[in-house]
Amino acid sequence: MSVPDAVAAVMFAAVILYSVFGGADFGSGVWDLTAGNARKGAPTRRLIDHAIGPVWEANHVWLIFVLVFLWTGFPSAFSAIMRTLAIPFWLAGLGIVARGAAFAFRKYSPTLRWAQVTGVIFASASLVTPFFLGTIAGGIASGRVPATGTGDKQEAWLNPTSLLAGVLATATCTYLAGVLLTADAERLGYHDLVAELRRKSLIGGAITGAVVLAGIPILLTDSPTLADGLLGRALPLAAGSGLAGVITMVELYRGRPRRARIVAALAVALVVAGWGAAQYPWVLVDQLTVSEAAGANAALVGLLVASGLAAVLVLPPLIYLLTLADSNRVGTATVDG
Amino acid sequence: MVGVANLLNTTATTAPDALLPARTQMAISLGWHIIVACFGMAWPAMIFVLHRKGLNGDDVALELAKRWSKVAAVLFAIGAVSGTILSFELGLLWPGLMDAYGDVVGLAFALEGISFFTEAIFLGIYVYGWGRLPARWHSLMLLPIMAAGVVGSFMVISVNAWMNAPTGFDLVMNDAGQMVPTNIDPLAAIFNSAVWLQFAHMYLAAVMVVGFSVAAVYAMGLLKGRRDRVHQLGLLVSLAFVAVATPIQPVVGHFAGQRLADEQPIKLAAMEGLAETTDAARLEVGGYWNGEELVGAIEIPVDGLLSFLSTNDFDATVIGLDAVDPDERPPVAVVHTAYTIMIGIGSALVGLIAWAGWLWRRNRDALFTSKPFLWALVASGPAAVLAMETGWVTTEVGRQPWIVHGLMRTTDAVTDASYIWITLTVLVVVYAGMTAGAIAVIRSMSKRWREGETDLASPYGPSLDERSGHRSEVKAVVSAVDRPGIQP
Ligand code: HDD
Ligand code: HEM
Ligand code: HEM
Repeated sequence: MSVPDAVAAVMFAAVILYSVFGGADFGSGVWDLTAGNARKGAPTRRLIDHAIGPVWEANHVWLIFVLVFLWTGFPSAFSAIMRTLAIPFWLAGLGIVARGAAFAFRKYSPTLRWAQVTGVIFASASLVTPFFLGTIAGGIASGRVPATGTGDKQEAWLNPTSLLAGVLATATCTYLAGVLLTADAERLGYHDLVAELRRKSLIGGAITGAVVLAGIPILLTDSPTLADGLLGRALPLAAGSGLAGVITMVELYRGRPRRARIVAALAVALVVAGWGAAQYPWVLVDQLTVSEAAGANAALVGLLVASGLAAVLVLPPLIYLLTLADSNRVGTATVDG
Repeated sequence: MVGVANLLNTTATTAPDALLPARTQMAISLGWHIIVACFGMAWPAMIFVLHRKGLNGDDVALELAKRWSKVAAVLFAIGAVSGTILSFELGLLWPGLMDAYGDVVGLAFALEGISFFTEAIFLGIYVYGWGRLPARWHSLMLLPIMAAGVVGSFMVISVNAWMNAPTGFDLVMNDAGQMVPTNIDPLAAIFNSAVWLQFAHMYLAAVMVVGFSVAAVYAMGLLKGRRDRVHQLGLLVSLAFVAVATPIQPVVGHFAGQRLADEQPIKLAAMEGLAETTDAARLEVGGYWNGEELVGAIEIPVDGLLSFLSTNDFDATVIGLDAVDPDERPPVAVVHTAYTIMIGIGSALVGLIAWAGWLWRRNRDALFTSKPFLWALVASGPAAVLAMETGWVTTEVGRQPWIVHGLMRTTDAVTDASYIWITLTVLVVVYAGMTAGAIAVIRSMSKRWREGETDLASPYGPSLDERSGHRSEVKAVVSAVDRPGIQP
């Protein structure tokens, strides 16, 4: 594996982790939106706060990693993407700010009214942000970002592949979060909530599956290079993801959400990995390959060293935090002990 | 150098349309972010002091550490999202910069990313760990937060310092006839000649911003007659930190100025308002720049004082603005005014610390009772913020017209997008909302603490006795059953 390939692989690993962790985070916001009025939705909202409160900031640092890797490892691709896909980036940025700030403000709301206002901002931003991020992925994957100059700024993200990717991103995030929240509710013994979330998650899973099936003809016509890859090199990954998705539904249906959540996360990871494998060796599909786009070698080696460092320094405490959050040692609706 | 720069990119003769909104947006989003970033850099150390004191049996200190950590959680959250916007903006507003030099400065940003990650993780553990982690172990979670704050901010500052003192690459002509950076040495780029002074200066500035702001809050409380130990301790701890940082700051600033004399003399000339290159230059303080010369400044009647301050030699030549063409000079009036404000506030704050020391030696209680002193402390919070902001304006505007000193013009880096006025407007509205939200939340937190509440539970839904109360005033029901972890 060449150095640029290794950097691309690490960067893509961060994309996958962001899809899983950031995705569950965004999706939780969607469940907040659909939880119902203040009285009916209170248990769900409390559960969501409990689930993502301690981890949401960490969940989003993956995005920073991806950006930094992109501009350091592949500077010309980065600036091409930023020039052409600026609009969805601005919109996603707006969503990220609105969502994070509103979530933090809601946590210490003095009144119900205040909690409702910040809650609605948090939840609706959670719904739209993954959509915009998905359109960015779609624009790159369908070959609409030219290597030099600026592409069509509208068409680059308002095209069949982008719209499909946007809807799919939102649906997947929601579905994943639904499974995780069901598992959480079960662990905490909120039995009413388990039944409700399980039912809604099954519906969500069916919708996600339908979007995937509807997407196949779109990809075949609109993104031939990507479709080729998905039916070729990436086929095992794509098939594995589909299988994991089905297993998730089955486990959920049989009332085993804690098992379902692992398979659900795997399904998301595999589908994103499939996108990466299908797109390789292109950074910008049909325009610029990994080796053509690569920046200075010393910088790439530096990135690899830095990611080794991150693996040693960051992953153990991150796992510790996630297990603490999972074992109720941290993160109730209130912070006080 | 300058000739090389012109080769590197086609130098625009007229400013691109997006330049004005893009710089305004960069300045606003950075200027906003840096205030909350200061709390990320400096506050954990203060919380640590209180937490350790609390573990040694001081309940008030422990309670204060707990409160501060909750406020910190809110500030860090908005710091994280506004920081994410900054990393978007580097590409969205300045694609030319990232295209040409993204790989030169990238390692610093990658290490910064690792630091933020560490910070976010341990912050999650710390803030949510009250009462759940073993006490001693829990307080130690602040140490990685502190370390990450130092390393992360060092790395960001290093990128900014690199823009002032670009190193770590050679410019070589490529096949297309453009000068491109080659032989890149990322470590040399990180440890450029400006980084240590800029970092030290900024770190001290962060301690001052946080320390004086926190002290201002408790001084205000004391003035309102809240003489309890919470207020006294809050004031003392924050004051102790600024008492160390404030007197050192001018010294570091002085050396930062000497580096400028060496490496960015035009920036220094703009700061001092020195129109012509002068031998044994005198120092002029204050005044304003009318476009051609400094008017209304006080000249210190010591020959060569400015030369001495810049180079340790009373006879030395100090370079003036006339050394370069007008199109290579920064907007002098802005730089000079900003610089004057920073120096003025820095000196005044040193005076304030001296006053505090004098009160402390005479009678400790005077720190909590002297009305004039407390009012001065109330003013010191905003003053420290202003000094920090004007410091950044000095550095950033003083570097103009270069985005990378001597190598790339800001006009060559800016985006060609046509709608930056729109993103700027949205940003101003959203950040204003975020500011208002943060102030409202923090004020309501402190009000509820004063009323004796410790939990600060969020009302997710109306409580059961809602009918009896005003809808908007209903408190949350947080019963044992609602607490996750306890099975109903
Ligand atoms: C002097 C310090 C300093 C300066 C000049 C900047 N920042 Fe900052 N930044 C911090 C100090 C900091 C911090 C104290 O470390 C923060 C604040 C809250 C936090 O969690 O970390 C942070 C947060 C923060 C985050 C969020 C990390 C997370 O998700 O937790 C990003 C992406 C950036 N910053 C990026 C930037 C960029 C691109 C800058 C300049 C162009 C910049 N910052 C200037
Ligand atoms: C965090 C504290 C900082 C503040 C408050 C700050 C402030 C400013 C200001 C006021 C401007 C506008 C200059 C003008 O009007 O011409 C500016 C521009 C800019 N700054 Fe900084 N700056 C900070 C740090 C940084 C850092 C760390 C970087 C690192 C990359 C950076 C990159 C830029 C860029 C790219 C511009 C646009 C070019 C320009 O017009 O100067 N800044 N900043
Ligand atoms: C009173 C004595 C002071 C002196 C002589 C001084 C000097 C300087 C100089 C020369 C610079 C430009 C550095 C460069 O462009 O490389 C600078 C920048 C700056 N100053 Fe000051 N300063 C003083 C006080 C303060 C105070 C009190 C604060 C804030 C609390 C402050 C905050 C800053 C900041 C944030 C910058 C820009 C970033 C940096 O260089 O770290 N300064 N200062």
